Parts: sequence; structure tokens; C-alpha cells
Amino acid sequence: MADSGTRSSTVYHDAAKTLQGKITLDGVNVYYGPKQAIHDVSMVIPDRSVTAFIGPSGCGKSTILRTINRMNETIDIARTEGSIRIDGDEVNSKAVDPVILRARVGMVFQKPNPFPNSIYDNVAYGPRIHGLASGKRDLDAIVETSLKKAGLWDEVADRLDQPGTGLSGGQQQRLVIARAIAVSPEVILMDEPCSALDPIATAKIEELIDELRENYCIVIVTHSMAQAARVSQMTAFFHMGDLVEYGPTEDIFTNPHEPRTQDYITGRFG
Amino acid sequence: MNNQLHAHTVRAYSDELNALSDEIARMGGLCESQVSDCIAAVMRRDPALADQVVEGDHQVDALESATEKRVIRMLALRQPMASDLRATIAAYRISGDLERIGDLAKNIARRTHELNKSEPLELTRSVERMGKLVVANLHRVLDAFSAGSAEEAIAVCRSDEEVDEHYNSLFRELLSFMIEDPRTITASAHLLFVAKNLERIGDHTTNIAEMIHYLVTGNELHRDIRRDPGDVA
Repeated sequence: MADSGTRSSTVYHDAAKTLQGKITLDGVNVYYGPKQAIHDVSMVIPDRSVTAFIGPSGCGKSTILRTINRMNETIDIARTEGSIRIDGDEVNSKAVDPVILRARVGMVFQKPNPFPNSIYDNVAYGPRIHGLASGKRDLDAIVETSLKKAGLWDEVADRLDQPGTGLSGGQQQRLVIARAIAVSPEVILMDEPCSALDPIATAKIEELIDELRENYCIVIVTHSMAQAARVSQMTAFFHMGDLVEYGPTEDIFTNPHEPRTQDYITGRFG
Repeated sequence: MNNQLHAHTVRAYSDELNALSDEIARMGGLCESQVSDCIAAVMRRDPALADQVVEGDHQVDALESATEKRVIRMLALRQPMASDLRATIAAYRISGDLERIGDLAKNIARRTHELNKSEPLELTRSVERMGKLVVANLHRVLDAFSAGSAEEAIAVCRSDEEVDEHYNSLFRELLSFMIEDPRTITASAHLLFVAKNLERIGDHTTNIAEMIHYLVTGNELHRDIRRDPGDVA
């Protein structure tokens, strides 16, 4: 880097190399106006596994997550530098249509945000606009498969025409996950998907995440370290825009190498 | 042992972790004096001191049970992570080893009464030397725990080989003693058990050293580094 003032937080981990890499971040900097929110982050996120981003509020973990499907572009003053590649394809390339990118990279937010439509239409919406279904029967099949994968089918099969907003919080979150799955994404980003849910609904989502990782690359931002420990295979700890430590979840939670990681996960941050 | 870290945001949690290592330190100190007292009881043929050691074991057991309860409570209520997790698990395992050391000391003390029934054996001196080595190692491992020193823990592991060598030569000597003079068999057999128990105390001391190494570094102590680099050929 020409700018000697840039703090480097390049952390590669051997374990990430043994797993097949899906997403590669290389020297990523993010600015909100004049303020730099992310400092030179480089990491390889493996496919078919769950990677958790942890860190205190304002550490940049959501910002980094949102660079992966260019959600930061929706914020006027946000500016991203560096390379973000999914299977080698540059995400920020001019040739990439963000709408297509976001079908490839699904996202689930903190608060479930179903469309004010029926359960069926919530799931069918994506496949329809992307032209993924060849007819009604095909679409029915996609909706059913997606709801089944999201573990919601048995609870809603007999009321697909009812509004999605009428479901419980946990069901809505699973509906939103079904909606993301319906367009056959490769990556699913989750930004604190359980923070508005009770423990039972949280357990169901965690079980779902564990099943989904067989087929998807999942990146989850969570404030609950216990959740990161439960659901992820890799954990990245961010602090003040730096990637402080990145490694297998088991190592991070039993034997972190960086004092800042140690302080954070043991509750010593002050 | 948590001195090098910042305090917890939740102070009661730090207090509990400190209480845990205090308990281990107390239990360790108690075990150390139990072991040196049981050896003294055998050497001085002192039945009163032997009874005192047998009586003192209840205290060791009580401390172990208190530590166990505290550990279970902390796992349930605090869900310790990283170094805290290692400290909690290490405390649990170490208290178990100390409790076994206490039992072995009690067993040695009990043999004082049997040994006192026959003439003193010359080899008792060798057992005493072995005992001193075992006590020194136990003392050292407890210091390593207080200081959080992985290096000292490794040194203790290495020094256990000397204890084993002591035991093996004592075993051979006692055997030839018994063959030479069958009248000494009863006393020799008791002395052999004393030596065997000391050797077991040495093993538990090594276990504690291994836990300290894990607690401090997060890594298991590999068998290879337990040996002196010089004799790994």
C-alpha cells in the first residue's frame, strides 16, 4: 500500500485454505464520507460453511457484510475500495448488475421483512421477476421446495394464500429465508437474523442455518457470541474497522491469539 | 493467574474466577503439607502425625467438592470462553488430581502403623529421598499454577522421570531385600506400596503440570516436549 498510514489487518488463516474458498476480500477499505469504517480487510470465506462476524457495535462487521452484495451502494456517502470476488468474479465490476448479484447473494436482516403479500407470493416473487419458473406448476414446486428447505412448509402448507405478515416473528424470519433460497443463491448473508426472536425460534433458525450450509456459503453477523460459537465453522473478529483475528471457530473460542479477541469474547472489553 | 488480563465488565464473574484459583491454591497447599507430613510420619514412625494426615484428608475432599460445585455453577451461569474456559476446566481437572494426591497421602500415612510393628528398614532413607523429590515437584507445580508459567510446568513434567527412576531402583532393591531376608517381607511390602503411592503422586503432579500448560498456552503438552531435548534421540 502506498499510503503508509493505512492500518493493515490482513489475516489469512490456514484453515480457510483447506476449505474451498468462495468469497475473497482483498485490501477492502470502506468510507462513509470522510470517515474510514473498514481498514484494509483481506480474507477468504469458505464455501459450504458458516462464517460468523463478531465484534462490538460499530466495529464494521455489518459494513463488511454489505460489501459482499453491494448493499452499501444504497448509502450515498459510502465508498468501497479493494477487491471482492465471488468464485473469482469481481463483485464491483461495471459489468455486474447489482440486481443479479443480489439474487446470487441473498440477504436476511435483523427484523423479518416479508412483503405485504401472501406467503406464496413472498416466496414466488424472486423466481417470477428473475424468470426462473417456466409455468405455474414449476413455480409451485419452487415455492414448496424453498419453504421445505426453510423448515416452514409443514406450518404453512394449508394457508399459503394468507399474508406473510400474519406469521409469528420466527416464522416470518424463516419465510424471508425461504424467499432468499427461492432464487437459488450461492451465498446467504445474515445480519443478526435472530436478534428479534425468542430462544425457540432462534434454535429453529440455527438448526436451519446448519442444514443450509451443506449447499450454501453462509456469512452471519451476530452479537451473540454463543450463537457464533454454535452455528459457525469460521469466526472473524472485527474491532474499529480492523479484522483482528480470523480462524476456525473452535480456536477463536478456546484459544484466541490476539489479546483484543480474548478481551472481547471473555467479556473484558472496556 | 488472570492478572495479565483486564477485569471483566461483570465484576462478579472476575470474582468467581479468582475464587476458583484461590481454592485451587489452598487445596494445593493443603495437599503439599499432607504429602510431606505422611512421609515424615513414616520416617519418624510417628503414629499421631499419621492420624493427623488421615483426618486432614476430609478437608481436601471438602475443597474438591466445593471446587466442583463452583465449576458446574460457572459453566451453567457464565458460559466461560477462551482463557476463562480453560481456567475453569483446568481448575476442575486439577482439583481432581489434588484430591487423588490427598487419598494417596492418606494411604501412606495409614501404613505408618503397620511399618511401626517391625524393625526399621534401611531402605526407608531411599523412600524419604524419593518423597522429598515428589514434594518438591508438587511445590513447584503449585508455584507454576500461581505464576501461570508454562515453562515451569514443562520442567515439572521432565523432572517426573527422576521420580520414576527412583521408584524403579527402589523396587529392585526391595525385591532383593525380601529375597535375602524373608522376615522383612511384610515391612518391605508396605514400603513398596509407600513408594508406589509416591510414584502415583508424581504422576498426578505431572497431570497438573499438563493442565497448567493447557491453561496458559491453550495447547496440549505434547509427549515429546515432556522429555528433555537431550534425550530425544
